[in-house]
Amino acid sequence: MIELWRSTQNPWGQDVLIGVSWDLMWAAIVTAALFLVGHTIWYRMRAGAEAAAEAAPAPAPAGLPERIPRHSLASRIFHWTMSAAMLVLLITAFVPVMGLEIPSWVTWHWVAGVVLILSIVYHIIHAIGWQDFWSMMGFGPQFFREGIGHLRHLMSSTAPEPKSGKYPFDHRMYHHAVIVFSLAAVVTGVIMMMRINTPFWAQNPYILSDQAVGLVFAIHGLAGVAFILLIASHIYFAIRPEKRWITWSMIRGWVDRDHYLEHHDPAKWVVTGEPAKGSGALADSSVSAPREDG
Amino acid sequence: MATIKDMIPAFDLLQPTSVEDAVALLSEHGSDAWVLAGGLDTFDWLKDRIKRPRVIVDLGGIAEMRGIRDAQDGLEIGAMTTLTEIVNHQRVQSEYSLLANAAEHVATPQIRNQGTLGGNVSQDTRCWYYRSGWPCYRAGGNTCYASAPQAVNREHAVMGTSRCVAVNPSDTAPALIALDAKMIVQDRRRPSTYDAEDFFIGPSIDITRMTVMKPGDLLTRVYVPPIWANANFYFEKVRDRGSWDFQLVSVAAAFRMSGNTIEQARIAVNGVAPYPVRLEAVERLVAGTSGDVATQDAAGDLAVRGARALRHNDYKIPMMRNLVRRAVRSVSA
Repeated sequence: MIELWRSTQNPWGQDVLIGVSWDLMWAAIVTAALFLVGHTIWYRMRAGAEAAAEAAPAPAPAGLPERIPRHSLASRIFHWTMSAAMLVLLITAFVPVMGLEIPSWVTWHWVAGVVLILSIVYHIIHAIGWQDFWSMMGFGPQFFREGIGHLRHLMSSTAPEPKSGKYPFDHRMYHHAVIVFSLAAVVTGVIMMMRINTPFWAQNPYILSDQAVGLVFAIHGLAGVAFILLIASHIYFAIRPEKRWITWSMIRGWVDRDHYLEHHDPAKWVVTGEPAKGSGALADSSVSAPREDG
Repeated sequence: MATIKDMIPAFDLLQPTSVEDAVALLSEHGSDAWVLAGGLDTFDWLKDRIKRPRVIVDLGGIAEMRGIRDAQDGLEIGAMTTLTEIVNHQRVQSEYSLLANAAEHVATPQIRNQGTLGGNVSQDTRCWYYRSGWPCYRAGGNTCYASAPQAVNREHAVMGTSRCVAVNPSDTAPALIALDAKMIVQDRRRPSTYDAEDFFIGPSIDITRMTVMKPGDLLTRVYVPPIWANANFYFEKVRDRGSWDFQLVSVAAAFRMSGNTIEQARIAVNGVAPYPVRLEAVERLVAGTSGDVATQDAAGDLAVRGARALRHNDYKIPMMRNLVRRAVRSVSA
């Protein structure tokens, strides 16, 4: 039987919550593995039927360049910085639990946590000031319509994949999940950091009661376990052949015209302006990703 | 019917007669099992009802783990050899007096009659928050109660800490490090040999253990190589009272001399960190010198570099500095 929580007793015999049970870590790892295998099988079984049902690409709007910018350099730097921090956080959090020694894992963990926090702050400022914030964050009728279309597509190989704006429905859902669990991990992580010695402050282990600290650790642990699933699925989709064009766009910054027309609705992700000099791609400022739910 | 709690919680007592059987039992019961050697650390835990193992594996009947034997020009000491046997052993006294001296500083004659070398190096920390049953990091919890500004931490660590600030209490540990001893640990599959300095681990590696040994592992013997036999030794233990007390700070040092010059040195201190600390930088510093006053001072200063006191243990820093100075002074011309 999987346990959900770890608790212990204090000298007065009172039960004190310590955190999540590490059974959940193993459950998340097994679930992630089953999902990856299951999805691979499911995808192969559907592949033939889907090819037959595939809709013809939309006609290319006039003047559409060969390379269409998707992620600015600033966005890519954020993404890869956050990825590195997240991987270090996951490894330093869970590998010692598995019994493998990582010397000074606490230091590695909190330093990676600080990098993650800084990258998130940078991302928020960048997203609000320089990106179309609502194209990723908006919840509106269009979002839900796209979600229903996605669900139909998943349930039936004959239902076409709905074409999205700049950010597909599944990416936005993933982003929302990351926001929730990142915030949970960051807020609880900062509280946990206050209880150890760092250059930022002297430790204060009594900042909260033992029971409250246990709750903080439990939330932090749940967020960590959730990230096992999120990161495993993210890496899996990033390396799947049919999704690699998206991964490449996070490296090179652009998508090619064919993929743009195949997967995106030019009406929802309006590409305007002239190609960037020499690259064949449009400059960042000439790309519009309008709010879809407006 | 009332539940009586004033007794050691019930457990199954298993008494193997061979290392093989002991390791098999430890492997079978994993973290439910507790290794009983001399019992001097064990019964504190059990009587306080802080540790409640389901199974106790008593090593008292394993003859092969007892005694001191000549081996590869050095000595092989069974982990169940009592500290008194070590103190009284002729070859230990003559060639490895550092170990005899350290073992003689353990507690009292009665405790040394019962306590074993394996138990002395494997014993758990004496941090009273931990031993009183507080759910601290070392106990698997989320807090170090001893490092808080309000804590009573006079005996705790000044270096090598990582969330936990408890110190290693062993007297023989620094001597074994200074003698470059090898610890032979057996698990179900094979024996593994660790340098003594690697046998002890800090909380940054695993906050719930003081040694490399995991559930299922058994320290079977300690090999003391001949390399430091008959060297110049120095051992000093500072404690609050003359006997039956753990060290505040201790130092163990071995010097290989060439005339008045220190050719080679190995120095370890305990009581300052969650593990006994080998002072390699100090060893390099003093090598090639005569151990003069300037070297003594430099050695002391170098030893405490990076030390950081808690609220009530800042005295440990000058104490450690002075013990290292005195160790170097012991071989100065």
